[in-house]
Amino acid sequence: MEAPIRAREALGFILFSLLFSICRSSSLNHLLISNAERRIDLSSHIVKVFLTLKVENAGSTPTSEVLLSFPPTQADHLATVEALVTKGKRKKTTLVRLDVKPTELPDAPNDAKYFTIYLANPLKSGESTTIEVLYLLTHSQEPFPAEIAQSESQLVYYRDSALILSPYHIKQQATFIKTPSTKVESFTRVEPSNRAGTEIKYGPYEDHPPYSFSPILIHFENNSPFAVVEELVREVEISHWGNLQVTEQYTLVHAGARHKGVFSRVDYQSRPTLNGASSLRYLLARLPPRVHSVYYRDEIGNISSSHLRTDSRKSELEIEPRYPLFGGWKATFVIGYGLPLQDFLFETSDDRRYLNFTFGCPLLETVVDKLTVKVVLPEGSKDPSAVVPFPVEQHLETKYSYLDVVGRTVVVMEKKNLVPAHNSHFQVYYTFKPIFMLAEPLMLASAFFLFFVACVAYLHIDLSIRK
Amino acid sequence: MATMPASASDLLKSFKLKTKQQELLIRVSILCLVYILAFITRLFSVLRYESMIHEFDPYFNYRTTLYLTENGFYDFWNWFDYESWYPLGRIVGGTLYPGLMVTAVLIYRILRFLRFAVHIREVCVLTAPFFASNTTLVAYFFGKEIWDSGAGLVAAILIAICPGYISRSVAGSYDNEGVAIFALLFTFYVFVKAVNTGSLAWSLASAFGYFYMVSAWGGYVFIINLIPLYVLVLLITGRYSMRLYVAYNCMYILGMLLAMQIRFVGFQHVQSGEHMAVMGVFFLMQVFYFLDWVKHMLSDTKLFQAFLRITVTCAVAVGGIALGLGMVSGYISPWTGRFYSLLDPTYAKDHIPIIASVSEHQPTAWSSFMFDFHILLFLFPAGLYFCFKRLSDATIFIVMYGLTSMYFAGVMVRLILVATPAVCLISAIAVSATVKNLTVLLRSKNKVVQTGSTKGSGGSKSSSKALLDQSQPFQKNGAIALLFGAFYLLSRYATHCTWVTSEAYSSPSIVLAARGAHGNRVIFDDYREAYFWLRQNTPQDAKVMSWWDYGYQITAMGNRTVIVDNNTWNNTHIATVGRAMSSYEDEAIEIIRSLDVDYVLVVFGGVTGYSSDDINKFLWMVRIGGGVFPVIKEPDYLVNGEYRVDKGAAPKMLNCLMYKLCYYRFGEMLTEYGKPPGYDRARGVEIGNKDVKLEHLEEAFTTSNWIVRIYRVKPPNNRCPHNVETPVVTHLGDVFPNGSNIHGQSGTCNPQNLGVCLDLLGLVDVNLGNAPTKPCCSLIEGLVDLEGAVCLCTAVRANVLGIHINLSISLSLLLRNCERKVATEYICGP
Repeated sequence: MEAPIRAREALGFILFSLLFSICRSSSLNHLLISNAERRIDLSSHIVKVFLTLKVENAGSTPTSEVLLSFPPTQADHLATVEALVTKGKRKKTTLVRLDVKPTELPDAPNDAKYFTIYLANPLKSGESTTIEVLYLLTHSQEPFPAEIAQSESQLVYYRDSALILSPYHIKQQATFIKTPSTKVESFTRVEPSNRAGTEIKYGPYEDHPPYSFSPILIHFENNSPFAVVEELVREVEISHWGNLQVTEQYTLVHAGARHKGVFSRVDYQSRPTLNGASSLRYLLARLPPRVHSVYYRDEIGNISSSHLRTDSRKSELEIEPRYPLFGGWKATFVIGYGLPLQDFLFETSDDRRYLNFTFGCPLLETVVDKLTVKVVLPEGSKDPSAVVPFPVEQHLETKYSYLDVVGRTVVVMEKKNLVPAHNSHFQVYYTFKPIFMLAEPLMLASAFFLFFVACVAYLHIDLSIRK
Repeated sequence: MATMPASASDLLKSFKLKTKQQELLIRVSILCLVYILAFITRLFSVLRYESMIHEFDPYFNYRTTLYLTENGFYDFWNWFDYESWYPLGRIVGGTLYPGLMVTAVLIYRILRFLRFAVHIREVCVLTAPFFASNTTLVAYFFGKEIWDSGAGLVAAILIAICPGYISRSVAGSYDNEGVAIFALLFTFYVFVKAVNTGSLAWSLASAFGYFYMVSAWGGYVFIINLIPLYVLVLLITGRYSMRLYVAYNCMYILGMLLAMQIRFVGFQHVQSGEHMAVMGVFFLMQVFYFLDWVKHMLSDTKLFQAFLRITVTCAVAVGGIALGLGMVSGYISPWTGRFYSLLDPTYAKDHIPIIASVSEHQPTAWSSFMFDFHILLFLFPAGLYFCFKRLSDATIFIVMYGLTSMYFAGVMVRLILVATPAVCLISAIAVSATVKNLTVLLRSKNKVVQTGSTKGSGGSKSSSKALLDQSQPFQKNGAIALLFGAFYLLSRYATHCTWVTSEAYSSPSIVLAARGAHGNRVIFDDYREAYFWLRQNTPQDAKVMSWWDYGYQITAMGNRTVIVDNNTWNNTHIATVGRAMSSYEDEAIEIIRSLDVDYVLVVFGGVTGYSSDDINKFLWMVRIGGGVFPVIKEPDYLVNGEYRVDKGAAPKMLNCLMYKLCYYRFGEMLTEYGKPPGYDRARGVEIGNKDVKLEHLEEAFTTSNWIVRIYRVKPPNNRCPHNVETPVVTHLGDVFPNGSNIHGQSGTCNPQNLGVCLDLLGLVDVNLGNAPTKPCCSLIEGLVDLEGAVCLCTAVRANVLGIHINLSISLSLLLRNCERKVATEYICGP
């Protein structure tokens, strides 16, 4: 019984692949996914999706490219895609990261967007490998109702497909969705599907052709605050006198269900769990160790509600906005701190220097819509170049700070839609002659010298006209 | 102890300095130290709190300075501010003294030019201390001019730390007075110098000093009245001289022309009653000059006497007639209320409640004299004595300045500031002269002891010499004791000043600090919390109504339009706000709507025990409101003349808008252990009306310590008569997000309309397939299959029509009826 089915399948597949191979890359036609498991974590406002794909090369030619596809709405909210492959046998397994690049394919059905995973070793015919894919989605949970009162909890929608969207045939697949609490208002049934506790299971589904899609909608309670930084400008200023000054300007917004009507302080203070459950009370920023001179302020002055905890490995800054943030409320603030330079600035063998610093936002569990990192190099430094692990927009600026004559070169990097997973290191290389360090002290000294000379001269010269 | 000065003098000798150079070195280094001291003693507030602008008026100055830096001088000069005095607006450029802002921006530009990357706020915060330092230099030179350099040094030290001056010039107190006192003292100094020398250059300088003062502060009226008074006294005492003539005329003419360039002052110098004295004296000077010339030409004294009588009578008569004509024709405006209240301390209380309501316009209590002057209060008469002993043009000036300003300081608390330089200078004369006399006494004793034999050859009588010798030990000891006493007093003065500065004058009054239960410092940052909330979470064009005290802060920190602010130029407008606050809610809402108000802000200290809140200011609102609108009567809010908020309070008080806004839901609040809920800690009573209901306003925000409470004005109720119930479903008309828009459809979910479908659902159970499905289907036509189901589901749960439907019915049945593809089965949640 099984053989004819497979034969039919194979036949259909060959026909199908012939049809597509006219315009598609060759990797599409002979790969198939024998087993796929997807776990969607909805517990915070950043949706984490773990996808385990067992890819099989059913074709004859070896291939090293595997395609992932996303519906266009998801692709817009996609913050990061990572792919890992397990290496080694049994207990000595290690995870190896694979290259993932966005790919454009002509006439993709319904404008689906693609990412290509480049395998380290080409997948030979008949072989199979397991790829772990992790991708994060931002702004994918839609509050409904869109406006809630203080005492109501926040309900959101999540839309996806019960079937994994893939350009390949998937033999067997299952999706597990984890909700933050057991309170699920409604969810779409695509049999077999069931819910147990905080988990909703879709599948297993067998044998779905490429681009199968079955929309699902889950309406559930999510009271985690939707902390979104609309814009973040990080300025890292290097001083070769031993300090690295970081200034971060935030525009924070609670992107959850909008607050409606009354804000009652009595209720908020006396019954904090029932009232304003989804409000944003505080944020945690993880700063590098040995941080000093931390400040937290906004346009109208210092904000006194912050706590700094430091130990040898990390520093944690707990900041409270001036007021609790309800849905739709905004707050802008600035965090600044100093760091010892030797932890972040190094020299290369060819006498260049480079700064090694984290790129993303230090706040935990926040989405950054737009991030601008500015690295202010000391005056007199030349040939700046930045190395960032993901694509960013770059350009140069000039900034004038204390006692600058020619101005400092600023390397500006911009990126949109960031999640904490982007907190990887980047490097800025430049050349700098230490003699420039003395320019400003010498300038000051000569200014004072001239002032005293002028004083002495004034005291010794008689300027009166009358004699 | 003795080796220290010896080694110091050795050190000086090793530099081979002459005595005169030594003195110069000491003087310059003392002055430098005083300069620095004056600056750093004003930094307590920065160290205690932060580098921020203080209080109320400075926030307006800061806001205008920001505007000036961003838009340039031309725009600043022509600035019409829409954000204050809604809906009237305010011509800012024409109604302020721009000196302070221009100064700060100038300093800022210079620093920027020198590549000091400072923020304008830092410049604003440190402007007042910087000018205070400069004032010490002026005080030194002034002291030197009227007495000697020793008195100058003492004056510099005294004024550097005098609390009367520090109160208005700590870091962050970015107010006109900060630079104005410098300008005032500088003008006086240069004028006295001009009178002493008769130099045109100095009087030119004094004209420019006067111009700066006019541009900086309304207190220039004091200069323009004191100087003619001084000149008049000199004329009466027969001290008329060519020097005086040159100094006064040049200063007056040029100063007046320059002052006219300030838009806010304009033609007041020739039109206002307050400026007439200076003009009168100017003409009198010309008469004197003319008489002098006539006297010079005429040799006959008798003839001259007759001529003098006629001329003086004519001059006075002409002057009087001119003044009278000017007054009658309205060309010369009468004195303003503020000026009257200076001359008659009770005037404001009876006629202008808005002036009387400001605490710094109250008559000064003795304690605050003591607080602000300390020993200077006792040294002041002593200094006057010394001045009278050595009368000159300069000492007459300082005596007149001291006496007049002391009078004004007694009338208004804030004018202590004007008196401070005079008090410091006169006291410095006393200290300097006393110490000098004592040291001279001590030194001469030493000389007598050392060179007793040689002194015998002097011309003094032996008897007197014996007497002197007899009293020597007593005198010497007495001198030493007195010196020590003087130093003790001065050191007490220094400690007092530092203590006062750190305890009383360094609080920004935006951030409130208190001691917690364990002695730790608790900070109440509620003002900024509220203002920042306004700034971030209200519409850009929202109008905020509050009592005028907070107007400047709301516009500067909250960046929102206010109805009234601290520039109290329109009494009616303020009275309207006062009336709204003291009316019942349904009356107040009329006023609030007519003013187009979106938010109402009140300050309430009942939770924290903060006493300068709106409830305590409320009687002023009633008085000011009642002054314009007789509907508001003060006795309605009092019980037997007593102001209460507890159960015994007047019914009008318990139900007026201010009471309701302050105490809304306060009755549920436990403020203090062992006290009933609703215990007001600021007034120490349990409030009388715990069940406050608001009809037209709703609570929008309350800060964490309840100090600021903001209420939103609800939109008027819908006039449609049969719309009694507001629908339960709130997301009417929500556009369905077309998320997984694979099917390329979208539509609008309006659960209220889906009642038809609900009816259907009820039917489906009974009679499947036969129900008239058309109307329902057309409603969900635009929706994707799934979303149609969700929409229905929401409608069912919200239970729009109150029908109880068995939710186990699968909606797919209905959807199938609407010829929808139902690939999935949708289950409504419980």
